[in-house]
Amino acid sequence: MTENQPIYVERFENDLVLLAEPMDWLESAAFALLVPAGCNYESPDALGLANLTCEMVQRGCGPRDSRQFISDLELLGADASASVSNAHTSFGGAVPAESLEGALSIYADVVRRPHLPEDQLEDARLGCLQEIHALEDDLPQRVFEQLRQLRYGDPFGRSTCGQRPSVQRIGLAAIQEFVTQMYRPNGAILSVAGKLDWPRLRQHVARLFADWQPRRLPALVETPAETACRHVPVDSSQTHIGIGFPSVPYSHPDYFQARGAVGVLSDGTSSRLFTQVREVRGLAYAVYAACHSLRDRGSVFCYAGTVNERAQETLEVLIAEFQNLARGIQPDELLRLKAKLKSGLVMQQESSSSRSGSIAADWYHLGRIYSLDELGRIIDQVTCTSINRYLAEHPPSDFVLVTLGPQALEMPLGVSPAHPG
Amino acid sequence: MEFRQHTLDNGLEIVAECTPRAYSMALGIFVQAGSRDETEENNGVSHFLEHMAFKGTAQRTAADVNRELDEIGSMSNAYTTEEQTVYFANFLPEYQDQATALLSDMMRPVLRQEDFDVEKQVILEEIAKYDDQPPYGAHDKCMTAHFQSHPLARIVLGTVASVGGLTRQQMLDYFHQRYRPGNLVVAATGHVDFDRLVRQVERQCGDWQPGPAPRETPPAAAHHSLDLVYKPAATQQYVVQLAAAPDLNDDRRYAARVLATVLGDDSGSRMFWELIDTGRADCAAMGAYEFQGTGLFMTYLSCLPEDAAENLKHLDRIFQHAHRDGVTQDELDRAKSKIVSHLVLQSERPGNRLFAVGNNWMQRREYRTLRQTLDRYRAVTCDDLRAILADYRLDVHTTVAIGPLKRLAGCEARPLPPTDPVRQP
Repeated sequence: MTENQPIYVERFENDLVLLAEPMDWLESAAFALLVPAGCNYESPDALGLANLTCEMVQRGCGPRDSRQFISDLELLGADASASVSNAHTSFGGAVPAESLEGALSIYADVVRRPHLPEDQLEDARLGCLQEIHALEDDLPQRVFEQLRQLRYGDPFGRSTCGQRPSVQRIGLAAIQEFVTQMYRPNGAILSVAGKLDWPRLRQHVARLFADWQPRRLPALVETPAETACRHVPVDSSQTHIGIGFPSVPYSHPDYFQARGAVGVLSDGTSSRLFTQVREVRGLAYAVYAACHSLRDRGSVFCYAGTVNERAQETLEVLIAEFQNLARGIQPDELLRLKAKLKSGLVMQQESSSSRSGSIAADWYHLGRIYSLDELGRIIDQVTCTSINRYLAEHPPSDFVLVTLGPQALEMPLGVSPAHPG
Repeated sequence: MEFRQHTLDNGLEIVAECTPRAYSMALGIFVQAGSRDETEENNGVSHFLEHMAFKGTAQRTAADVNRELDEIGSMSNAYTTEEQTVYFANFLPEYQDQATALLSDMMRPVLRQEDFDVEKQVILEEIAKYDDQPPYGAHDKCMTAHFQSHPLARIVLGTVASVGGLTRQQMLDYFHQRYRPGNLVVAATGHVDFDRLVRQVERQCGDWQPGPAPRETPPAAAHHSLDLVYKPAATQQYVVQLAAAPDLNDDRRYAARVLATVLGDDSGSRMFWELIDTGRADCAAMGAYEFQGTGLFMTYLSCLPEDAAENLKHLDRIFQHAHRDGVTQDELDRAKSKIVSHLVLQSERPGNRLFAVGNNWMQRREYRTLRQTLDRYRAVTCDDLRAILADYRLDVHTTVAIGPLKRLAGCEARPLPPTDPVRQP
């Protein structure tokens, strides 16, 4: 792994943070621009506003109309996209290195000078409604949406697509106001990785963003979920099972212990869930668990899809594996996991997109960046003893359960669900 | 970067694109064994066999295979198509020997009855998974309707009936027929020690017995039809449309792909402006796919059921407009720029480059550098696209629509056949 590879950080006066990791061996550069305009900031009567706004800002900006916007990106060879999460609206993509400045200039116009053309509002709205309809048919995705709601309540567990009635209602004035208030430099992160010249990049970004005016951060009101178990009746071939339980967030000193434990559970073909659910019993084709993190809290989310006749058995095997995990992990399991994690770190150096995403996420969660060397050292320091100590202190419990399928399932005896509220 | 190639005495070929400065390497075994090589009785066996390769060999149990794949820190997987089965792993160069030993051993699975029985349940779960997932088998149904009695009509996963009825002996027979050394290509990319790779493959696979593994590659007849399948539980209507395109040995395939990008890329294409930008559809996209002996333009549409009929008319208007007026120089330039840039970005990872190198050798016994491939796309002209449009009618297509509609464009829906209950092992 490259030693001492520099990572540059510049915080402008308006609080915009620019992060850059040069990767001179690549021909590409990738960027991620995260503005703090996630769906958490929608008012409860305008759910879906962030997504509709994201759709509208890409319909013409600066000197370009919507066709010219797409055409300019195509000629730059930009493989770009936009998305809304609970915390952010994000724009980003990878470009041939020589197109980086041109692509950043376009996205400066997107977030600062969008046209928001009224004559395209209905088309944009229909596009957002299409997304909501498409989600209805995506059963695993619906499981995760429900799990997030049960674990995080409102607004942190909101669906980023919003809801049909509110999307149908949102007017142009609300979109204009959302851009004015939420598309702001304070809380925004611009990360770049790949072939880049730092002094030149810094100057270019300063020209594009240094005079962007900050706005006051709105306060969020939190409402916890009211239940720990939810069944959604669906006429489907499989029962789609989602289980969540509390874990520590990425910023917590014990995060890598939790990550290690979940890795033993789910990373790779010799992991416990793959072995016990799929290999030994043939109960599911897809089964996995992963850490999920907000800034101040975390979860483990697990999914399995299985034919209805064997869904109850699958749930019982999953819960048994969580309980078994609390009894600790074995040295050979950790050894394999470390080989996988460290290979993954080295391979990150082959992808500018992967690094630009990682450093932006690091900054959001930690206010700093782990270099690949530092991550390597952290992984070295994780031991069976340290993970088992963590598991003894944080055994999987307080489960939330979501099922989509013809019939609800029963939590196994003796397993207490999370206390609502 | 250097291309190397070696053929063992038994016909097994080894190719590599060696890039010493890469951080990782990728290794793949490409087997010419896909659903087109199957019969009605053993339909699904190629894909099932792919699963069984992970269930152990004479030297290794299933648990050994799974454990060793993780021990080398590999990102590994496999997939099966109509044309081939591919096993691959991406790992650090220090694990080259272990990975080569493991992957080549996996090409000689023992197919234990007990593992066969459990894995059959996993395959049936996989079939059930796709039953619940858009576009609810529309692609398979459209392939079957389009190709009819042609070998490409067979579904990769097989059906609940064909997989449920498959025996270990049938799989063994198929294995002996298709996994012959001359029918396999070992490909590697990235930081590869080629001489070492050849020595090891020779040691492990040199005694495999050669033999013929013939395949029929008839051309496919053009076909025009519309089928509507009723699935009341779906919210959206899903449509797959197939039309003929150049095959994988046809040099016009580059032009066909550029044409598909102009008409149906997910951004900036004619379908995008007509159907996505306007909010008429959730997805409307087109791609060009090549097979031995034939090729396909595939169009995919998902939208609200009430908009499906109108959107199908929009699609046909897009096709007819292309046939009548061709494409503009500006559209051509933008499409080529996108394709070139996408290929360059994608090729930075040895793990991605593996498929270009391996597929090209398996299908055409040909190596092309990335630059050579880019030059082929850059050379495409508006006249080339006009020539494609003259030879292949986009508006002569096989269409399958699935969703809550009972009637579409004059076609009555037939019900989706119920999936048989999955048998317990």
